[in-house]
Amino acid sequence: MIPELTSIFAPASTPARSIVDLSFFVLTITGIIFVVVAALLVYAIVKFRGRASDAGSEPPQVYGSTQIELAWTVVPILIVVILVAATARVIHAIQDAPQPPSALEVTVIGHQFWWEFRYPQLGIVTANELHVPVNDPARPRPTVLTLLSADTDHSFWIPQLAGKTDLIPNRINRMWIDPDRAGVFVGQCAQYCGTQHAKMLLRVSVDSAEDFDAWSKSQQQAAADSSAVVDGRRVFETAACINCHTVRGTAANGRFGPDLTHLMSRATIASGGADNTPESLRVWLRDPDAIKPGSLMPAMKLSDAELDALVRYMQSLR
Amino acid sequence: MTAAPALSVPVTPADNASPAWSLPDRGKVGMMCFIIAESAIFTIVVVAYLFYLGKSLSGPTPRDVLETPIFYTICLLSSSVTIHLAVTRLKRDASLSFLALWLLTIVLGGLFMYGTAQEWRRLIYEHGLTISTNLFGTTYYSLVGLHAFHVTVGLVMLAVVLLLGLTGRVRVAQSARVDVLSMYWHFVDVVWVVVFTVVYVIGR
Amino acid sequence: MASDVMAMHGAQTDRPTWVETLHAWVTTVDHKRIGLLYILYALLFLVIAGIEALVMRIQLLSAHNDFVSPQVFNQMFTMHGTTMIFFVAMPILFGFGNYLVPLMIGARDMAFPRLNAFSFWLSAVSGFVLYFSFLGGSGLYGAGTAPDVGWWAYAPLTARAFSPGSSSDYWTIAVLVSGFGSVAAAVNLIATIVCMRCPGMTLGRMPLLAWLYLTMSLMVLIGLTPLSAAQLMLLADRYLGAHFFDTQAGGSATLWMHFFWIFGHPEVYILIIPCFAFMSEIIPVFSRKPIFGYPVMVAATVCIAFVSMSVWAHHMFTVGMNSYANTFFMITTMAVGVPTGIKIFNWLGTMWGGRIQFKTPMLFAIAFLFQFLIAGLTGIMMAAAPFDWQLSLSYFVVAHFHYVIVGGILFALFAAFYYWYPKVTGRMLSERLGQLHFWLFVLGFHITFDPMHFAGLLGMPRRIYTYEPGRGWDAINLIVSIGAVIQAVAILVFVVNLILSYWKGARAGKDPWDAWTLEWSVSSPPPAYNFASIPTVASRRPLWDVKHPDDPDSRYE
Repeated sequence: MIPELTSIFAPASTPARSIVDLSFFVLTITGIIFVVVAALLVYAIVKFRGRASDAGSEPPQVYGSTQIELAWTVVPILIVVILVAATARVIHAIQDAPQPPSALEVTVIGHQFWWEFRYPQLGIVTANELHVPVNDPARPRPTVLTLLSADTDHSFWIPQLAGKTDLIPNRINRMWIDPDRAGVFVGQCAQYCGTQHAKMLLRVSVDSAEDFDAWSKSQQQAAADSSAVVDGRRVFETAACINCHTVRGTAANGRFGPDLTHLMSRATIASGGADNTPESLRVWLRDPDAIKPGSLMPAMKLSDAELDALVRYMQSLR
Repeated sequence: MTAAPALSVPVTPADNASPAWSLPDRGKVGMMCFIIAESAIFTIVVVAYLFYLGKSLSGPTPRDVLETPIFYTICLLSSSVTIHLAVTRLKRDASLSFLALWLLTIVLGGLFMYGTAQEWRRLIYEHGLTISTNLFGTTYYSLVGLHAFHVTVGLVMLAVVLLLGLTGRVRVAQSARVDVLSMYWHFVDVVWVVVFTVVYVIGR
Repeated sequence: MASDVMAMHGAQTDRPTWVETLHAWVTTVDHKRIGLLYILYALLFLVIAGIEALVMRIQLLSAHNDFVSPQVFNQMFTMHGTTMIFFVAMPILFGFGNYLVPLMIGARDMAFPRLNAFSFWLSAVSGFVLYFSFLGGSGLYGAGTAPDVGWWAYAPLTARAFSPGSSSDYWTIAVLVSGFGSVAAAVNLIATIVCMRCPGMTLGRMPLLAWLYLTMSLMVLIGLTPLSAAQLMLLADRYLGAHFFDTQAGGSATLWMHFFWIFGHPEVYILIIPCFAFMSEIIPVFSRKPIFGYPVMVAATVCIAFVSMSVWAHHMFTVGMNSYANTFFMITTMAVGVPTGIKIFNWLGTMWGGRIQFKTPMLFAIAFLFQFLIAGLTGIMMAAAPFDWQLSLSYFVVAHFHYVIVGGILFALFAAFYYWYPKVTGRMLSERLGQLHFWLFVLGFHITFDPMHFAGLLGMPRRIYTYEPGRGWDAINLIVSIGAVIQAVAILVFVVNLILSYWKGARAGKDPWDAWTLEWSVSSPPPAYNFASIPTVASRRPLWDVKHPDDPDSRYE
């Protein structure tokens, strides 16, 4: 599926839609203010420009007017009151929305420079690409995200689904989305978190109920075991990969880097840094800095043979 | 000159303002501004202290280890009285009593610093509380230490004035400046009242 | 007498040697010279920080560009922001304040001339400390690196764990020291304005510039110091093992954010208020009318100062505060727009019924009015917190604040340059070059910062060294970068104007603009002692009263 443009004005979820509605209201009011004041400025510049015939004489020296001051104090205050009322309603609607018991819970943990997703209700751990079910208004199943951080500040932003919320270490934040159509929605980390902040991309796949169930089931399985990739698996286990990565069903249970159990179910690698193809995978494994300079994955100085074997092993992790 | 010209030249050649036109003293205004700025710094450190109360993950708590420094607080607050008396004496050109009271102020301030040093020694060596032990250690040493730093600077300035005074260079003519310095010292005392309340009263 | 000394040294002429001139400038305590030192220093850093901006814009010309590495890019945006705020905007505004305030209130110098010099040199040294980081940042272990933590230096990115080496310490110490310099300068301005006004100049009769610099200085006292306190805490964390912002030990990352923005928001008002001062002096003179609503302008400014102390967390709408906190800060942020708007209306009221002269200072002032209006309105958009949940941390915010800082502050500064350059140097800046500078800069400014709003609306976050193609950001970024180059050319024209006019500009005389405040009553440049005798004033426009003795302002105030 091809991702859509990330305009905030193409909402696909209730929080994003409420924001668009509010934004049109605010834009209309500020637009009117701009047109009125700018028109007055233009009028003043044209009407009251000094002419050669004025040389030597001064215009009437007016010092002020209490009535006018009152008028242009009261009117802005009224505008502010209206804006405050409209905005406060949306703040509460989004932030204080009650959570239905059927909501899907996802814990998002921000890392430098990748995303960890845990589904506590389903026993799933994955990385960088989030799958959520489409929300059916008849039987609501929004997704509630609990946002944590393992290191510095990050921010979860998929413009079409919701406003952004930060992931801050030692703090628990929550947000929710209820996508109304299937599709792929992209975004990225929005809070500067270090060297590769720019490539901490986000990919949300909104699936139909059936597709989501299928995805969940396959994610819950341990890693596929194939004798064809034994040598690759040995490289994985001896080259220290298991210190940082988890492959469920094997000895690898590191937490520093993304869970690789179902790496091939993802469209990209390196949190969006490259497409998930054997070629990119090989480049990444050989030298992560070639794709994402400054990422925290070291180059393990593997030989060509080891790299080929490792790539084959990775390809087996469906 | 015609009646009341708008931009008039004063009759006297001196550049002093005419007697009817008097504005506040620069030294006092300057010191007030400095005090305002310092108050803002202390406010932030106090906010951090209050925010982190009870949030230490481990280690000694205030209730465990703090002893209220009543005596040394009395010393410091009394020094405000003595410095005030010293300044009034100086304004009356009573040099000897000014110097005696000034010296007493320094002694009282020095006693306070001694008390702080003693307390820190006890906390570090008997209770193992340092700035890096936990959040309480961090905020306690920072707040009390920032105040102690300000007391130290004050004591240095007071000592300079004492030395100048002992050589006869501090008389009535300098009383305005000495008064401005005493404003700083009063500020340091007021800050201690706040720190004392926050650390030893609220914080326990 | 100086000339006797020269004669004794057997100098061929009465003119001092370059060594003597240098010595005089380095040891000066004259507010006019210190003001100029501040301004020249700021112009130097304006060029440096501008180059940093150009480096970023070249990198962002196209998706996946590799003009610079991510490490360098991250240093560029950190240094660009830090330099522009602390080593361009603050010094240049203190410079103008230093130069103008004593002259405008009829004083001979600032209240504390030596403290004045100290303030400048503190700030000057700190700028060089920051830039030394390019040479020695990482300490012993690596090649030099400048800080790369963003100009807000959010915790825990600045903790030792995530910022090894000394690069972020250069940020901390340079900004801390310059903060002390700024506080000292503010103390000086307040004492000067409160204690050294000439006879007859009650607070209600001093020029609006004096009122606004007084307000700004009071804000500096309580607005800059929270950052100093936070930076001391950060240094304690990094060097003494403290845990103020150490999230592993229970510390709070949001506490740094609160402290930073308790400084950061008043800071931007500290920067804009002197620019309001320039506008309030320039617009009346070129409309040939007094400022409309002087008392309201004072009240609005004081109101802004107070309310702006309560809005800071609108920079933290995405941090996850509860709905009540978000609502509170939304309300205060919207509220601060009211007195700000009132000021725009009063400037409009000043122009209304006037006889507007479109000299270069007024051109920049008029552009300021339009641009500041737009900037304020995009600010209102972001005050609506849910809207901000989309706009925050994106290029929409970058566009908004550059609209304020470049479209507002820099344009007001240009107006001030063209207006007061004749007083400082005795020469007029070239009108022709001024017009060229103006139109080029307006063009470049709008080409860069108008489309930039749309990049944010299309989801482009800030502080990224590259972006994905196909998100609709490519063409916008290209256009933005082109505008940056045009602005650079305009700045060149300005610098050429400043230099050429110094030698070739038309002689200005005392009062080239037919203005009304006290600085126009002395020669251009003013003598070292400012006034032969301290004047006495009877109204807000003493020179109007002198020029119109039949109809003085004092009759109406």
